[in-house]
Amino acid sequence: MMLLSGDPPRSRLLSVLLIAIVLGLALAPLLFPGAKALNVATKICIFAALVASYDLLLGYTGTVSFAHTMFYGIGSYAIAIALYSLGPSWSAIAIGLVIGLPLAALLALAIGLFSLRVEAIFFAMITLAVASAFLVLASQLSWLTGGEDGRSFQLPELLRPGTVFVKNFFGVPLNGRTLTYYIIFIGCAAMILGLLRVVNSPFGRVLQAVRENRFRAEALGYRTVFHLTYANVLAALVAASAGALNAMALRYAGPDTSLSFAIMLDILLMVVIGGMGTIYGAIIGAAIFILAQNYLQALMGLASNAAAEAGLPLLPGLLHPDRWLLWLGLLFIASVYFFPTGIVGRLRQTAHHATTR
Amino acid sequence: MTDLLTLSGVHTHIGRYHILHGVDFAIPEGQTTMLLGRNGAGKTTTLRTIMGLWPASAGSITLAGQRIEKIATPEIARLGVGYVPESMAVFSDLTVKENLVLAARDGAPDTARLEWIFGFFPALKKFWLSRAGALSGGQKQMLSIARAIVEPRQLLLIDEPTKGLAPAIIGALIDCFAELKRRGATILLVEQNFHAAREIGDAVLVMDNGAIVHRGGMADLANDIPLQERLLGLSLEAHQ
Repeated sequence: MMLLSGDPPRSRLLSVLLIAIVLGLALAPLLFPGAKALNVATKICIFAALVASYDLLLGYTGTVSFAHTMFYGIGSYAIAIALYSLGPSWSAIAIGLVIGLPLAALLALAIGLFSLRVEAIFFAMITLAVASAFLVLASQLSWLTGGEDGRSFQLPELLRPGTVFVKNFFGVPLNGRTLTYYIIFIGCAAMILGLLRVVNSPFGRVLQAVRENRFRAEALGYRTVFHLTYANVLAALVAASAGALNAMALRYAGPDTSLSFAIMLDILLMVVIGGMGTIYGAIIGAAIFILAQNYLQALMGLASNAAAEAGLPLLPGLLHPDRWLLWLGLLFIASVYFFPTGIVGRLRQTAHHATTR
Repeated sequence: MTDLLTLSGVHTHIGRYHILHGVDFAIPEGQTTMLLGRNGAGKTTTLRTIMGLWPASAGSITLAGQRIEKIATPEIARLGVGYVPESMAVFSDLTVKENLVLAARDGAPDTARLEWIFGFFPALKKFWLSRAGALSGGQKQMLSIARAIVEPRQLLLIDEPTKGLAPAIIGALIDCFAELKRRGATILLVEQNFHAAREIGDAVLVMDNGAIVHRGGMADLANDIPLQERLLGLSLEAHQ
C-alpha cells in the first residue's frame, strides 16, 4: 500500500491482471527465454513507463502534447551519441544521462512557460511544431546523430550478451543481456511507482483540479501555469529516461525507433485503451497493445490454418495473417467503443457497482 | 468603519461586449453587502472582475489599501479573497476531503474549523470520502461554500448560493452566513432571492445595465415596497 501511494487498483480483476503482467515481466528471461519474447517484454516495460508519463499530462492535467516522443528521442540519442563517441563505458552512459535529462527538462520548461498559459489547443500545436522541427533536425545533423541511419553502439562489457554470469540457471543462461533487461525492468518499475506517488500527492490533486476547471483552481490561489509546467517537465524527464533505456535495449537510436510520430500515435492509443488518469492503465495498455502488435499475426496464422483444415468457408481468408493490421484496427475501435474510460476505468466501475449494490 | 474593498469607475469588456460601465462602490469591513439586480445586469461579471478572472479594462479596484485590478487571480486569492462561483462549482473527480484540503492550500485544514463547518453542513462529514461529483445539488453548494471558508478570509465573494436549492438547505446557508457575519467576516453576496437577501444583508447595492443604480441600507429597501418595485421589478415578486 505504501509502495502504491495509497492508490490500489480498486478492482479484483484489475489486481489479478496487474500481478500477472508484473510477474510475467519480472520472470520473463526465465519463462520466455527466446530473443523475440525478451524483446517484447523489454518493449512492454519501456512503453509502460513512457505511457504512464504521458498519462500524467493527458490524464491528470488534460494537456494534449505531441512532443512526448521528442523527449523520448532526446533520452535515446543522448545515450547513443555518448556511447558512440566516447566508447562503451559506464561513464559514457552517465555523461549521456547528465546531458540528456537536463536538456529534456529545460526544453519542457521552455515550452511549458511559453505556451501553457494560453489555450490548450495552442499548446498542442506548439508541441507538434517543436517535435516536427526536432525530427527534421535529428535527421539533418548526420555528423552528430547519424541522420536517417541513426547511431549503433556497443554497451559496456558487463551488459553484452557475450558476458555470461551463470551458464545454466534452470536451463537458461544468465548473461549481460539478462542484466540489461533487469536494469530496464527495475528502472521502469521505479518510474511508474514514482509517478503514482506524484499523482496521489497534494500536487497531483491540484493537477486534477486544473484538469476539471482551471479558473476555479486559480480562484483558490493556485498558480496553475507553474503546476502544469512542473508536470510537463516531470513527464519529459520520465520520457527521456525511458528513451535512454530503450536505446540501451536496442543498442541503437534512430528516427524511426525513438522520434517518429508513429510512436506518438501508439502512446496515445495505449493510454486510451488502458484508461486515462489512472497510471495503472499505462501498464495494461502497453502490455495489450505490444502483445497484439507482436503476436496477433502469428495467432491469426494458426486460426486461419485451423479454419482451412476444418473446411470452413470465408474464415481462412478473413483470418489470413496478412490482414492482421485490419484486425488490430478493429480491436482498437472495439476497445474504445466498449471501454470509453479504458480498461482500468471499466474494471473499476464494475468493481464499484458490485460493492455499492 | 473603514472600507475593505473599493471599486471605482470599473469597466469590463468580454470579447467585443462592454459589460460593466463604470461600477463604483465600497464594501465596509465586517458587513454583509448584497448585490441585487435582474439577470444580465452584470453581477457575476462584477465578482469575476474583482477576482481577476475577467480583467478590468478601466478603473481601479482596491483591497485593504492595495490596488488589485492588474493582479493575477491566484495572487488575489492569496490576499485572502474567497470566491464561491455560481453553479455549485466543486471539483467532482475529487472527494469532499480532497476538495477542502485543496482549498486550505497549505496542508490539512484546521480540525476545529472543520467541526464548525460540519455544524452547519453535517452532510459534508457524512460524505467526507465520497466523490464530490456524487453529491446532491445542495450538498455541492455546501461544499462550494465550505471550500471558501475553510480558512479565514478577509473577503468572501459569493455568487447566488441559493439558486435552485430546496428551502431547508437555504435555511442552513442563511444560518452559516449569519454566523460568519457574527465572527466579523466581510461578505459581498449576489442574490436573486430577495427573501434570503433581506435576512442576511446589512447594506444593499442594486445593479442594472452594468452600473450601480442604488446603494443603501438593506432595512431601508426592505421597508420601501415602491422602491423595491422600481429597482427590482417583477422578478422579486416571484421570490417572495
